[in-house]
Amino acid sequence: MSTIVLLSITGLGLGALYFLIAAGLSLIWGLMRVLNFAHGAFFTVASYAAWLAMTSLPSASPWLQWLVALVAGVVTGGVFATLAELILIRPLYRRPVGQVLVTVGLALATVALVEGFFGTDARTFALPVWLTQTSAIAGAAIPNTRLVVVIAAVAVLLLLLFFLQRTRYGLIVRAGVENRAMVSALGIDVQRAFTLVFAIGGMAAGLAGALGATYFGSIDPARGTSMLISAFIVVVIGGLGSVTGSALAAVIVGLLQQFLNFYAAAGVGDFAVVILLAVVLLVRPSGLMGGKA
Amino acid sequence: MLRRFGATVPLAIALVLATFPFLNLTLPGIFDGPLSSAGTLNLLALCFVFGALALTYDLVFGFTGLLSFGHALYFATGVYVTAIALTRWNLSLPAAVGVTALVALVLPLVVGAICLRTRDVPFAMVTLAFAEAGSILVLQNPLGLTGGEEGLALGAGSLPAALLGVANTRNLYWLALAFLVCVCAIIWFAVNSRPGRVWQAIRENERRVAVLGLNPYMYKLGAFVLSAFLASAAGIVYLLIEGGANPQVTTANFTLVLLVMVVLGGVGTLWGAVAGGIGYEYLDNRLVEFSNASAVQGLPDVLRAPLSEPLFVLGTLFIVLVLFLPGGLGGVLRRGSRIAGDAK
Repeated sequence: MSTIVLLSITGLGLGALYFLIAAGLSLIWGLMRVLNFAHGAFFTVASYAAWLAMTSLPSASPWLQWLVALVAGVVTGGVFATLAELILIRPLYRRPVGQVLVTVGLALATVALVEGFFGTDARTFALPVWLTQTSAIAGAAIPNTRLVVVIAAVAVLLLLLFFLQRTRYGLIVRAGVENRAMVSALGIDVQRAFTLVFAIGGMAAGLAGALGATYFGSIDPARGTSMLISAFIVVVIGGLGSVTGSALAAVIVGLLQQFLNFYAAAGVGDFAVVILLAVVLLVRPSGLMGGKA
Repeated sequence: MLRRFGATVPLAIALVLATFPFLNLTLPGIFDGPLSSAGTLNLLALCFVFGALALTYDLVFGFTGLLSFGHALYFATGVYVTAIALTRWNLSLPAAVGVTALVALVLPLVVGAICLRTRDVPFAMVTLAFAEAGSILVLQNPLGLTGGEEGLALGAGSLPAALLGVANTRNLYWLALAFLVCVCAIIWFAVNSRPGRVWQAIRENERRVAVLGLNPYMYKLGAFVLSAFLASAAGIVYLLIEGGANPQVTTANFTLVLLVMVVLGGVGTLWGAVAGGIGYEYLDNRLVEFSNASAVQGLPDVLRAPLSEPLFVLGTLFIVLVLFLPGGLGGVLRRGSRIAGDAK
């Protein structure tokens, strides 16, 4: 029983990280039709920014260090994504393949740059004592980091839904996902919404970078890429453009990976996720909660 | 320009390249040793393999318009299936190649049949996911077959003597060159054949092809399988040159690098893709030497760290090209030759 609880919450934690990356990817694709390969680079850069912020405050209390690291991650992710949209994506507005290619180049160059400055080895991410401990839930010892990551992701999901459903810009984004041409025809500046969506996606990925460092206890330049691939799978299963679909798919993928990796054999879970993706695409090509593709 | 000369110019270039192992020429700055040295021939052989591989990728991406992010899977199939057949099952080289050919035909047929039910960006993501599954499989080292992160080294006993040892590097060089010529010829014939015309029509307007009564799905699958099969063949040649398999070739980054090669050279052009592959591989190797040069090592950290990473330099070059030269270097040359042609 306690194993099942532990696996569930660990799987949810992993799903939470996937969701934080996938939500931005899904919104960006839904609104702009850009497949953003640089999203993993946002994650990586933010995790290093978080680490730098933490190590630059050696005398502060551990909790303050950790909070500053989170903020640094979010801000770095948001700024990096905004600049990427303004400088690289916007000039290629009429060339969709060019946009994908430029994000590929950005992803490769950024990861190489991080490797150039920090090396390829993993660096440990020091945590406040409480975060290294476990809590007893239903008889299972759950690492506190799992709980923090899950809570943060739920908060982000609620914030995103509030933004999309209750604010004016959220309305524009939702309308743009449905029919971009109509929104511009109504005289609304969709380009500003593009930058906004990139900034939000970058902030979520930045938070994922800092929380990922917390979850795994270390950072390395390659993690962003592997997280990105899982997030792609989550986005397609959930349905491109749907935030709730991404959340649902992230939970399914996270749980499936954890349970099968534990009960079958290491690697089986990752494999099963790919098979699930194939099945979903064959049965429901637009994903679990996607509209018309 | 190239069409006017037909196959004469490329064949002449290939013949000149074939004489390199006999030339004791030194080209300071371009190659470390003389042309006939093992190091230079080895680097050139790798360049040829990547030229051929980039061309196979251009067949799906440039000529058929399928943005596949899973090409590494098929290259890795060639590398790993052959390596496993040679070292774990102790097959002879021809038998191992036969087994690999079978896998290299069936795997893309199955994966392509599933992936091609989607298109555009979902297609890109699904091919990426399948390649990732292959990468996980190799890293997990099932039954001790793939060697996990350490890869697989070919023992001396598993290869014919003509392909072993530093003295025989020239044989590998000729093999790689012949392979490149074959791939160029096959893909040239393929894209100029009737199905090849349909592939390019699908790239331009798939719905119209369907309206004309053709089945785009079957044509796309044909291009996908042909490209994947040739990529696996490139994997075999790569394995022989490197003398072993490493999991690097299975990663998503490897496919992204292929994409960079093709775009650098020029999408949808035969010679552009080959030149992109050769040029990228050459720069990737030479930039490492460049970064170890004392001039770069003497720079302050802020400049030295980026310049010591070939992928940073190439990635930045790639972004600049995409932003400012959409046709790649091949496109610039073509435009240049067209202007020259107009002037006459």
